Amino acid sequence: MDRDLQCRAHEIGRRAALGLGFSLVLSPRLVLAQTDPAHERPREGDLLVTVGASGSEPLKPEELTLNAKQVFAWPMDPMTNTVRNGSRLNKVLLLRLDPEGFNPATKERAAEGTVAYSAICVHTGCDVTNWDPDRQLLGCPCHYSVYDPKQAAKVVSGPAPRPLPALALKIVDGRLVVAKPFTGRAGFQQM
Amino acid sequence: MQKKFRLHLIVAVSALALVLSAATVSAQQPLPPLPTPDTPAPVPPILQSYKPVTQEQLKQPQDGDWLMYRRTYDGWGYSPLSQITSENVGRLKPVWTLATGQIEGHQAPPIVSSGVMFVATPGNQVLAIDARAGNLLWRFKRPIPEDMLLLHPTSRGVGLLGDKVYFAAADTVLIALDAKTGKEVWTAPVEDYTHGYYMSLAPLVADGKVMVGVSGGELGVRGFVAAFDAETGKPVWKTYTVPDPGEPGSETWPKGDQWKTGGGSVWITGNYDPQTNLSFWGTGNGGPWMGDQRPGDNLFTSSVLALDTATGKIKGYHQYHPNDSWDWDEVSPPILVDYQHDGRTVKGLVDVARDGYLWMLERTADKINFIDGKPFVKQNVFASLDPKTGRPNVDPVRQPATGKKADFCPSLWGGKDWPPVAYSPKTRLLYIPANENLCGTSIGEPVTYTPGQRYVGATTTLYVAPGADHIGELQAWNLDTGQKVWSHPFTNSQLWGPVLATAGGVVFAGGTNDRYFRAFDASNGKILWEFRTGSGVNGVPAAFQIDGKQYIAVQSGWGVDAARMQARINLVRPWEFPDVPQGGSVWVFALE
Repeated sequence: MDRDLQCRAHEIGRRAALGLGFSLVLSPRLVLAQTDPAHERPREGDLLVTVGASGSEPLKPEELTLNAKQVFAWPMDPMTNTVRNGSRLNKVLLLRLDPEGFNPATKERAAEGTVAYSAICVHTGCDVTNWDPDRQLLGCPCHYSVYDPKQAAKVVSGPAPRPLPALALKIVDGRLVVAKPFTGRAGFQQM
Repeated sequence: MQKKFRLHLIVAVSALALVLSAATVSAQQPLPPLPTPDTPAPVPPILQSYKPVTQEQLKQPQDGDWLMYRRTYDGWGYSPLSQITSENVGRLKPVWTLATGQIEGHQAPPIVSSGVMFVATPGNQVLAIDARAGNLLWRFKRPIPEDMLLLHPTSRGVGLLGDKVYFAAADTVLIALDAKTGKEVWTAPVEDYTHGYYMSLAPLVADGKVMVGVSGGELGVRGFVAAFDAETGKPVWKTYTVPDPGEPGSETWPKGDQWKTGGGSVWITGNYDPQTNLSFWGTGNGGPWMGDQRPGDNLFTSSVLALDTATGKIKGYHQYHPNDSWDWDEVSPPILVDYQHDGRTVKGLVDVARDGYLWMLERTADKINFIDGKPFVKQNVFASLDPKTGRPNVDPVRQPATGKKADFCPSLWGGKDWPPVAYSPKTRLLYIPANENLCGTSIGEPVTYTPGQRYVGATTTLYVAPGADHIGELQAWNLDTGQKVWSHPFTNSQLWGPVLATAGGVVFAGGTNDRYFRAFDASNGKILWEFRTGSGVNGVPAAFQIDGKQYIAVQSGWGVDAARMQARINLVRPWEFPDVPQGGSVWVFALE
């Protein structure tokens, strides 16, 4: 029995290894996601740099205007200064708002009123670029999903099936720092 | 006695221990062996006897088969089956149904050959089903890359030739599947999805080639049609819908780099004329959306292109409207049909366009001629057409631009979007799934191109025309007289229902938000039968026959633009339109 079990375990291991080999061969993007720091999702301790910025100066909360349209940022590895822009799923949107209306989850994740969410709409994957300053709501320009950034980015209307993944923040040495990974999978709904 | 009892007890306890021990051992058993990739599943008998599809069959299919997107190369969407008639269609009942496991818009026709049905669904999935019994024979699924921006998650079907099933995967890979097993025979990269390209059309299979086009008009793509060898998957030719500088048509673009991101996507299957070996493809609007950001006619956007199927060379074109600023993709290709005009028979091309016009054209071996054009819905953008060329005289007030808002009808979704028309040679009527009474506004803004990102530069609205008593409208037009013969209005729904015409004098279509699939009298538009499915019916209906019995098949599965349009209508008429649940299924009907 033990011998049989051993053989089967060996067999499964061999198949798993083969399977992994296949997936590595077939999915170069997956390999990159696992090995290239620029592809890795935001990690605790990452700094944030503005998308399109020429340098790699980390963002500070006071650089965000209160109640203004979202700013897009990439996470950056603080040790190597590697900007994690290898996958569009790493893109983050930042807003600085009055924390008065935040729900408890948002309050816990915010740092001095700054909240961070995945910038990628969870419906079909467009960037969430619209901002309604009067109602303080985020919007996707493609299919009009609307999210409330004060309520953990819950879906207010539109086809999005779930909230935007949130990224908890903290302030370290006056700079915005990622406190925890995304609360969920960034990207569009899988079918 | 006591000793005997003790013995029995010992035996019983031992037996129990053995059972328990066996159960424990069983609980510790390793997982059952995994099926190895090189151990093929047994091929069901119906697939073992699957007959390869020949090029001749594609040209002249058996009456009971549905081998391509519109059944025949001319794009008619017509079945010669006549068992189901306007007299007996009221007795139509479901035979079987099958859940696809997917959400979003299920738009593909069930393709039927040798009694096997091939159905493409959203989620990069193809199903092979026993068409008579509804048994699932195999399922192919290709993961969609997680970082993909897939604006229109749908597929409009597969193509067939030989023992292969051709599928245009959303992530711009053309795949040939073995019809008997659903395994990949070859894959051919078509473009790079990270640059905004995706695919949603059913491949056109003709002349030994498999032809596909690309979507992505909102993402800064440059449209093209590409042909691959049907046997090997090797690329044969690729023709851009926006020419390179110096090529014919490039003079209609500004001197800058606009042509590189000029749009002209191709996301509906072309039609084909075996006599001339020309295939006819509709092209999308220019990108970004505002015409003043790409001054000129912008050939060959919002056009029909006649391509030499052997070489891909452009042999003719007709641009429905130049310098589009309304998002009027003209991707539905014209159907090939001869009609009477001014006392002569025209070898025709007839297109029902998003710009709200019914276009009557003429096809020749090396040119497309304009014959006539007239609006089939409210259209306030074209003041007139040039009688010789058909070029619209655009009312400048109705043309939005960067910083200039304009109000226009029909809306950005047009008088008819992608759902295909059908034509019956028996009634000589063309059946149009139209949307009437929808208008909108658009204003342009500067936009910067970033690869793979939205590249539109417009803010739009949609509204229902004042006094409107309906939106969706199934219309029937006589092509010889150029007159509308009947129309069936839908008071509280838009119409996103591809049409099937049959020799039994029955026309089938779904497409409304009440989830019904309907049969209409082909001669007068009267509803003869209707059946309520679980979701809205956006699929292309098909008819087929097995062992002398006629079936009607369609996919139910609401989503993509039908749902998007409703979301916009809800903004101006809240609570008047029902929530339509998503979730796909295949339905097959027959007479009781």
